[in-house]
Amino acid sequence: MKHKSTISSVGRRRLVVSSSLAMTAGLFMPGIIRAQGDAPIKFGHLTPLTGFLGPMGEYAVLGARMAVEEINAAGGVLGRKIELLAEDSVNPQTASTKAQRMVERDKVDALVGEISSASGLAISQVAARSRTVFLQTGCNSDELRGANCNRYMFHLDACNTMYVRTIGQRLLKEGMVKGKRWMAFTADYAFGHDLFKQMSKFMEQHGGVFVSNDMIPTDATEFSAALLKVRQQKPDIVISNLAGNQTTNFTKQYNEFGIDIPFAGADMNMTSIWGAGKDAFSGTWPIIWTHQVQAPSAQEFVKRFQARWNRLPENQAVNDYLAVKMIAQAMTETKSTESDKVVEYLESGVEFDVLRERKGYFRPWDHQLMYEMYTVTPGNDPKADRYDFMVTSAPVPDKSESLEILAPTKEENMCTFA
Amino acid sequence: MVTELIFVFQQVANGLLLGVYYLLIALGLSIIFSLGGVVNLAHGAFYAIGAYMIVFLSEHLGYGPAFVLSPVVVGILGVIVERLFFRRFYRADPVLSLLFTFALAMVIEQSLRMIFGATPLPFAIPSFARGMVVVGDFFYPIYRLGMLAIALLAVAGTWFLLNRTAFGKIVRAGINDPDMVRCMGISLSPILTGVCGLGIGLAGLSGALLAPITGVQPAMGQEILTAAFVVVVIGGLGSFWGVVAAAVLVGVIRGLTAYFYPPASEASLYLLMLLVLIMRPRGLLGEKFERLE
Repeated sequence: MKHKSTISSVGRRRLVVSSSLAMTAGLFMPGIIRAQGDAPIKFGHLTPLTGFLGPMGEYAVLGARMAVEEINAAGGVLGRKIELLAEDSVNPQTASTKAQRMVERDKVDALVGEISSASGLAISQVAARSRTVFLQTGCNSDELRGANCNRYMFHLDACNTMYVRTIGQRLLKEGMVKGKRWMAFTADYAFGHDLFKQMSKFMEQHGGVFVSNDMIPTDATEFSAALLKVRQQKPDIVISNLAGNQTTNFTKQYNEFGIDIPFAGADMNMTSIWGAGKDAFSGTWPIIWTHQVQAPSAQEFVKRFQARWNRLPENQAVNDYLAVKMIAQAMTETKSTESDKVVEYLESGVEFDVLRERKGYFRPWDHQLMYEMYTVTPGNDPKADRYDFMVTSAPVPDKSESLEILAPTKEENMCTFA
Repeated sequence: MVTELIFVFQQVANGLLLGVYYLLIALGLSIIFSLGGVVNLAHGAFYAIGAYMIVFLSEHLGYGPAFVLSPVVVGILGVIVERLFFRRFYRADPVLSLLFTFALAMVIEQSLRMIFGATPLPFAIPSFARGMVVVGDFFYPIYRLGMLAIALLAVAGTWFLLNRTAFGKIVRAGINDPDMVRCMGISLSPILTGVCGLGIGLAGLSGALLAPITGVQPAMGQEILTAAFVVVVIGGLGSFWGVVAAAVLVGVIRGLTAYFYPPASEASLYLLMLLVLIMRPRGLLGEKFERLE
């Protein structure tokens, strides 16, 4: 509407004249364009804010916004401020449309975000076509790093294999794998299927005895039938490959049904743990980061986040915070906002402070960020408050081991950048 | 073999209980539609408010008072919404009320998100209702049995109100022939307000009942609304017992599918609806509505 009224008030002829003048000026006087160097650098942020991934998306935005505020307060990047365009990605179709619009109309210099692997794939295709760097912060699918990998996409979230091996290491240590009868419940969509595949592979390799797996529709919120089945089958361990809010409900109901069979899962987020609450959280879970990580930079971050947003940060906030910081660092170091330069920098093996004990780096061949992971279990401090009732383990893998032991090898998850 | 049968029986019993949870929501949806002709797409949102209410009130008043107050507060909200909005749509094109309640559902969901955040709120079963009832091979959580009792009481109360009181007589007459009721000099306006308060209050009650076993999060209403609609459609509009039968049927079918073939557990609802609609287009016990024919 605004557009229309401008045309009528200025007059079509004058508009044509002035716009062609402007174009000529652009062609012949690049100096004028460069003088706009003060225009902000734009980051497009897309992540689901509604739906079952919404709770994480909310934190993603808080993390990204805080990073932008910190960077701008410190003078910005190359003397320019960063502007964050944040929107709800909704679903793969919408994510793709919005990414396209951000790239073409808003001319963003980088894309950040996403949690759903399907939407992440859609955005990565836009990123590849437009040669815009995309740091994805929440998609777990192995395929995104393998068959669907591309040169402009980097992965800050761990992939399914990393989650599975993290929890696997812990279960191995506790003697919960070899010869144990395991039963699984899996979210019936791409993510869950992939997780189940990786989990089966791990359990098989280490001598677990498979009992059964139930595929649970993603809109199911009530698990009594499944839990009655657990009591019937009496396995040695129950493994959840559920996702998002389902995890909260399953955890709560597992507790409600008074099942004393050890319970572990392959994917967990702090929002789900807080949602289950102190009295209902159960099981052993892998997680990429928690506010209980003792590294000094992590604790500093927790303090700043609390001061800014008046609540504790969770794992998703950290990924989006780091992603924005990494792009800014890459742009500053390469003195360029060009995506190709940023990609080269991130691929160079440069180490980043990832708010953990050890520093992190991107593997150049699949762009997966390597970092320490953790496991969480319910704590037993009755006085713990509603945000601090869980216990975070020491980093996985041990200090003596390479960070790469968690991630798939080239042979396991081949990626070739076109 | 015998133990296998016991487990199947257990799943059937579990399905019956599930059906009762659907019933509370579906019943409110059904009576509001039957009398006013408003398809309340915001019914799930009121269920969500019920859940948030009990979480919020429990912190200040303790579980007991919060449990009693939550449905009442939601019911009062229902009265307000009826007075301000619903009554404008009774005689209007049903599309308008659909649009309005759809928008209302979104406004409520986003408001909950803005006030309480998108992260599910933790809420546990009160300590006195934790644990299991075990009879031989049969076991069930105490809390769910308690839920069943309360839900049955609420359904019985609603039945009594609709079938054994003067209020109920007017409601039933109003469902049948609103114009005739008006000709008899009875104003349907306060009755409609009461029915909306009751129906929406029932949604609030089921929210309060389910808060400890599901995630209390802004979109929780959407999840249950579809199932409630399926129950109303299968049961047939305007039929109390139709809705009751449908809720139980849906619960049992879903429970058994979840046992024998879990991936289809949610789809089983819709398959059942399809079958019923093919055989009985007005639903199991649906009545003939002059204004809908």
